Amino acid sequence: MLKEKAEKILLSGGEILDLQNGKRTKADILVHDGVIAKIGAVDRKGFDGIVHDISGNIVVPGLFDMHVHLREPGREDKETIASGSAAAMAGGFTAVACMPNTSPAIDKQEVVRFIKKKAEAELVDVYPVAAITKGRRGKEITEMAELVRSGAVAFYDDGSPVVDVSVMRNALEYASMFDAPIIDHCEEPDLARGGHINEGVMSTRLGIQGIPNAAESIQIARDIQLARLTGSRVHIAHLSTKEGVDLVRRAKEEGLDVTCEVTPHHLLFTDADLTTFDTNLKMNPPLRTAHDVAALEQGVKDGVIDVFASDHAPHTIEDKDVEFDAAPFGVIGLETMLGVILQQVVNRGVLPLHADLAKMCVAPRTLLNLPVPEIKEGEAANLTIVNPEATYLYDVNQSKSKSRNAPYHGMELPGKVYGVLNKGFIWTS
Amino acid sequence: MALSSSHLLGLEGVPAEDITTILDTAKNLKTILDRPIPKVPTLRGITVVNLFFEPSTRTRISFELAEKRLSADTVNFSTSTSSVKKGETLKDTIRNIEAMKIDMVVVRHSAAGVPYFLTQCTDANIINAGDGRHEHPTQALLDMMSLRDKWGTLHGKRVAIIGDVRHSRVAGSNIRGLVTMGAEVMVCGPRTLIPPGIEELGAKVSYNVDEAIEWADALNILRIQLERQEKGLFPSIREYHAEYGITRERLERAKKELIIMHPGPINRGVELDSDVADSDASIILDQVTNGVAVRMAVLVLLSGMDSSQE
Repeated sequence: MLKEKAEKILLSGGEILDLQNGKRTKADILVHDGVIAKIGAVDRKGFDGIVHDISGNIVVPGLFDMHVHLREPGREDKETIASGSAAAMAGGFTAVACMPNTSPAIDKQEVVRFIKKKAEAELVDVYPVAAITKGRRGKEITEMAELVRSGAVAFYDDGSPVVDVSVMRNALEYASMFDAPIIDHCEEPDLARGGHINEGVMSTRLGIQGIPNAAESIQIARDIQLARLTGSRVHIAHLSTKEGVDLVRRAKEEGLDVTCEVTPHHLLFTDADLTTFDTNLKMNPPLRTAHDVAALEQGVKDGVIDVFASDHAPHTIEDKDVEFDAAPFGVIGLETMLGVILQQVVNRGVLPLHADLAKMCVAPRTLLNLPVPEIKEGEAANLTIVNPEATYLYDVNQSKSKSRNAPYHGMELPGKVYGVLNKGFIWTS
Repeated sequence: MALSSSHLLGLEGVPAEDITTILDTAKNLKTILDRPIPKVPTLRGITVVNLFFEPSTRTRISFELAEKRLSADTVNFSTSTSSVKKGETLKDTIRNIEAMKIDMVVVRHSAAGVPYFLTQCTDANIINAGDGRHEHPTQALLDMMSLRDKWGTLHGKRVAIIGDVRHSRVAGSNIRGLVTMGAEVMVCGPRTLIPPGIEELGAKVSYNVDEAIEWADALNILRIQLERQEKGLFPSIREYHAEYGITRERLERAKKELIIMHPGPINRGVELDSDVADSDASIILDQVTNGVAVRMAVLVLLSGMDSSQE
């Protein structure tokens, strides 16, 4: 279904879930021209707008995915801002942060403006993350002041992390003037070189070169040292190892400004799932062992892990339908993140629903200095409506993404999205 | 007699009965090779494609000979991976070849998992002739055939695999096959050339070659490649030979008869000294002959043809 103007809408019979304390309030929500006009019992008599019966669903502030590759500009055959936004809506998200490994890279204000302009007509808020260094080459830092002013919310050199420690130090100090976090894909390139999957029993069994856990933890340790040196903010993208969780835990205990995220696929799969050389399970960082997954789960439980993010990384069928070594890293995940996270975190009792959803709503916005939408009369309607218990069968061929590289095809997942509202629009599934 | 799979992708998960069937069939077919006219019509009308994406001389020739001895029609497709990268995808290559009506594909590729990948794109029987550092099942089968010829059984025997185990598909398949057949396996080499978790496949690990010699009934010595030195995995050929080279002196210290094997091609004077390679203990040339027989057996068994038909 296409999105429509939310001119006069009644969301009837849902429960508003407070993400701070888990309190549920059954209430109708009346939306006028994209603004919450009334919360409470609304008399349907004489109402001439559109009524959505959302009983069985919960209503929360619009969900946010802070790690998404929209591929535009440059690889519009894989994804566009429009198709990525459609996938975000289908997944229950009203906002995404898009990553700078585009072509050209998001390293100049023009590219930020291009993306913002393209996203204007979308229901989804698109927040560009700009590169730390020009061309993501790791040498000279970007014009961060101008980038922030034009709408960049953080800095990240994506899959080619900054190797030069002094460049990283300068970036952290410079970015701190704008309170913009530096995000890092923590991977020591020499240790990781030539690797395709986790190093361990599985890499030996399959005869595929591995990437050791230490490739991640060495770089995390470095970044933590730099966070201490500079007092600046570091956000560790897609944490995958037990060692990484341990390092971030200690940094937080020390009071350093270090945050981190975990992806749904790193909570769901392990490298033991690679026996059929499925390139849809090839991602970077690679799937680790059950030992690491248990540590990530513990990190979610005790708050070491701040955010769930999909690392939605679209690739064409031609790119992925090749021998394992030749396939690019990455899986799509915008549509399935909510379901996989509900299954792995809420249904397994790791976190209660409200705390789980907060890591896809409140936490990423707080981290990126963005206001968290409120469900209050007079506020803009930025809402996600979902039935967290209802399940559905995920069919990747119905995906709104332009790509099909999902390892979730055919899985039954919880969290059926009814729809989303934002920027004066409503979209329902 | 039939195998439990219509492909030979590796020896992982291949039951002992299948391995025995292949080795028994190979033993019978080997007699053909000594005939005045070493050719039978068993695979007449069957088309086999030898798809080699990686340079290979002996394995390719061995397969080709096996196919010709069985009267199969054969075509060869040899190319380096890099030139394929520029052109069509692997899937298109195999689909195009399949469209020409073929029955079996023998494939070698530098990437692990390619034989499995091909089973997803074609109905032909796939035979793995080496995929990356994953498996090389016919090499392990010919090694096992050679050892069984010597010992009568593999059960309870001890085989030490010496050298660059980390990058070796020969080791990968030998460990799996030998363990399945009840043999004991030890891998030995510098720690930098032993992959993590190899014990999980059922192999013991030693970094001391004298210990391995002391323990083993047979040594399977792997080829050491100079590029591993360039990558810093061992300091020099000189030190490698001093620490891991199989010399007459080392073997004499063991005071027992050991079988010496090598998958070839040998770096004489590096991993294996000439006098040992050419000694009575060496079955290296038997391995080569058995290679043809084992590949004939695999081709016949996977084709579903009756091997007794001549």
